[in-house]
Amino acid sequence: MKKLFRLLALVLVVGALGVWLATGMNRGWTKTLVPVKTLDDVTGIEGITYKKQFVAGVDFLGAALLGGAVLTGISFLFRNKNKQPIN
Amino acid sequence: MKTRLAILASILLANAVFAAPQSFDFKDPKGVNSASFKVDAPLESVNGSANGISGTVTFDPANPADTKGKITVTTASMTVPNPMMNGHLHGEMWLEAAKYPEITFEAREVKNVKTTDSVTTADVTGTFTLKGVSKDITIPVKFTYLKDKLGVRLQGMPGAKDGDLLVIRTSFSISRKDYNVAPGKFEDKVSDNIDLNLSIAGACPK
Repeated sequence: MKKLFRLLALVLVVGALGVWLATGMNRGWTKTLVPVKTLDDVTGIEGITYKKQFVAGVDFLGAALLGGAVLTGISFLFRNKNKQPIN
Repeated sequence: MKTRLAILASILLANAVFAAPQSFDFKDPKGVNSASFKVDAPLESVNGSANGISGTVTFDPANPADTKGKITVTTASMTVPNPMMNGHLHGEMWLEAAKYPEITFEAREVKNVKTTDSVTTADVTGTFTLKGVSKDITIPVKFTYLKDKLGVRLQGMPGAKDGDLLVIRTSFSISRKDYNVAPGKFEDKVSDNIDLNLSIAGACPK
């Protein structure tokens, strides 16, 4: 059980880090919309529309680290099964 | 004599037609018109935009000082990329989009008019209304009059017509406490100053 929680914590942190790296290492807040600029040739106006896209931010990383810390903390509540009593 | 009078009348009529102020509709069928805003914050500045723009501006290329009109931005169309911030922006603490559905600027007076070719710059004084609070402000505005460009712009779109375009550009700042937008709150997280930027095109079909 102890190992399982520690493994889960590792998977959570490494997974979140992977998502953060894969979505562009955004050092700002997490975004679910990304602005797309379109230039109108006649007027020269740059219009802004949004497309749905997940971009992980530092809050996403922080939440994953916190979750990992909690899981690791819980793992300490379990005793090792194979611990032998000292005679 | 009758012929001369008829010619004179025609010239006067033609002048009246060409010199008449034109009414430009800012409901953009291409959906390019947008107002963007920026608020400084510690981690990164909050950048967003709104595309729910409408309004009418009366502009006379021969006399830009007579420009009048009103531009409206729907509060619900304001968008920021972070979903939680988006909820806060429209919520009771910030803009109360349900209670105050529109942000408006109504131009009354135009001063310091400078025109070069089709571009006019001026200081426009009018009433800016946000979250139910109206204040008179003066903002720098750049008007670009694009004669006979409406048809080119809407080429290929259903119901495209010939006509003229008026492009309005302006950048100015407001203080959120002046407009009762969470006054004095969260100033360590979100600056009091809001930078606004408007680039919009209006159409006057013939």
